[in-house]
Amino acid sequence: MKLNKILKNGFLIVVACLALSACATSKKSTGQMQGDVYTGTDTVEYLASGVPDRVFFATNESVLTTASRETLRKQAAWLRKNSKITIVLEGHADERGTREYNLALGERRANAAKDYLMTYGISSDRISVLSYGKERPVDSGSNPLAWSKNRRSVTVKAN
Amino acid sequence: MKNFIITLIIILIPVKSFGLIEVDITRGNLNPLPVAVSPLSIDEESRKNFEKILKKKNIGSEISSIVENNLKVSGLFNPLNKDAFLQEPDIANLKPRFEDWNLIKAQALITGKVSYVEEKLRVEFRLWDVLAGKEMMALAFTTVPNNWRRVGHIITDKVYERLTGERGYFDTRIIYVAEEGPKTQRVKKLAIMDQDGANNKFLTLGNELVLTPRFNPTSQMVTYLSYFRNLPRVYLLDIETGTQEVVGDFPGMTFAPRFSPDGKKIIMSFAKDGNSEIYTMDLENRIVEKITNHPSIDTSPSYSPDGKFISFNSDRSGYQQIYVMKSDGSNVKRISFGKGIYGTPVWSPRGDLIAFTKLHKGKFYIGVMRTDGSGERLLTENFYQEAPSWSPNGRVLIFYRETKTDSKGKGFSAKLWSIDLTGYNERQVPTPTDGSDPSWSSLLSN
Repeated sequence: MKLNKILKNGFLIVVACLALSACATSKKSTGQMQGDVYTGTDTVEYLASGVPDRVFFATNESVLTTASRETLRKQAAWLRKNSKITIVLEGHADERGTREYNLALGERRANAAKDYLMTYGISSDRISVLSYGKERPVDSGSNPLAWSKNRRSVTVKAN
Repeated sequence: MKNFIITLIIILIPVKSFGLIEVDITRGNLNPLPVAVSPLSIDEESRKNFEKILKKKNIGSEISSIVENNLKVSGLFNPLNKDAFLQEPDIANLKPRFEDWNLIKAQALITGKVSYVEEKLRVEFRLWDVLAGKEMMALAFTTVPNNWRRVGHIITDKVYERLTGERGYFDTRIIYVAEEGPKTQRVKKLAIMDQDGANNKFLTLGNELVLTPRFNPTSQMVTYLSYFRNLPRVYLLDIETGTQEVVGDFPGMTFAPRFSPDGKKIIMSFAKDGNSEIYTMDLENRIVEKITNHPSIDTSPSYSPDGKFISFNSDRSGYQQIYVMKSDGSNVKRISFGKGIYGTPVWSPRGDLIAFTKLHKGKFYIGVMRTDGSGERLLTENFYQEAPSWSPNGRVLIFYRETKTDSKGKGFSAKLWSIDLTGYNERQVPTPTDGSDPSWSSLLSN
């Protein structure tokens, strides 16, 4: 399985490189990926100045990247300052998985974000989780870059 | 939805069995059997009566077209062009001139008669072996005129059963999710239609997202996932009365529902704190039982037809794979070991096979394997397809397929497709809008 994972990551990097080289020739796209995690800002919205609303995941993963943890710390700081705000964490998957598994995966991703916010002092009472699986992509493309934008957990103000 | 249960008064006219024509259904459509479907004959008075009630000029021909289309779509039969028929329908039904039918290479012949009797539709039909010059079957039945399409399906089921030795699957319906709108904001509604795409009806309005409807194998109930009030929960819907209710009282998302073979339980996943487990709920006493217990994603459960086992997919090995366990959750065994990831296992109604979705090297496959995981056979490959559902006789799978969008993200569509267990006879199933998540009903009449 470890070898499998190494091979898979190797494969993903190759895919990412291919996607990046494709980006280099297309002026329109500003997106980019590290591994297969989206690191661009194309689809990102802001909860407040300097507080991005979403974090991105690798294929089939719900592990938070360094960048995701930084984003969530900013969200936690903002939530601590605005103690009346409650949020919904909307978890999403890309279209390359079966519908039911993706519903579970979206839930797992949103919970990864929830757990992290809780370790920075945000009460679980203020957080609800909603998985959309692959039902609400932000990018309708069928390519690795579009998929990387769709693998996300988005923090939405609930009140 | 009224008159749903057809009032069948079947008069079996005994026919001696001679061991006549047989269709080998294990070989697919390599050599579909040439069959002549003579239009059902109708007397002028009955014709006029049905024209008034059903707005169909000749209900006899309409019913035979349904039979003809069913036989063609099955892939096992080749209905011959009516222009070549030499004998008039009414005379053929009395006594076929076998040499005429032989001349156009028909091996089987279906004849019949429709009449208007006491405000009802009475049909009789006969199946003939042309080469042997013998009658193979004769049946008559009576029903309300509005059931005329079902009459065509029932005739096909009887013919199919007589010629293949297996139950038919034509008098059945498909429940599915009708889809419209852009890929990022799809509007989804529950829809139901006859197996051949006729009589399509929407069961929800599209105000909330709905997914994965599945028939109860024993009644006209459906279980599905609805995002009503943004709370994704498993619901139960009675398609005859339209009554809906939430299944159970879970503090989080429930999804991936399916009925037990006796229709008395719902099996589904419940997701909490990032972990999805499989649960059952008894619909009579409302008792909830937890079946799996593992910190991984356990979902897409499906019972074996005897109710003793459950197949499901889990990523406990690191990736999504198929497992089988006893229905109490004990004896969990992984059964998929091929390259790639495996999901959506669905137990065949015959009990011997599990259909699944597989992703390998960026392609999606629909396949079948034996229940111990051996004998994996991939039936079809595409950019994206998943969620097979079995015809009630276990010969055909229906699933959905999505297209790859172009560089601008345009060109998305989702359609229903069917394929024979042999891997032959792949066909798009007609739907008025895009469609996904199909589920095949049991035979409506038995």
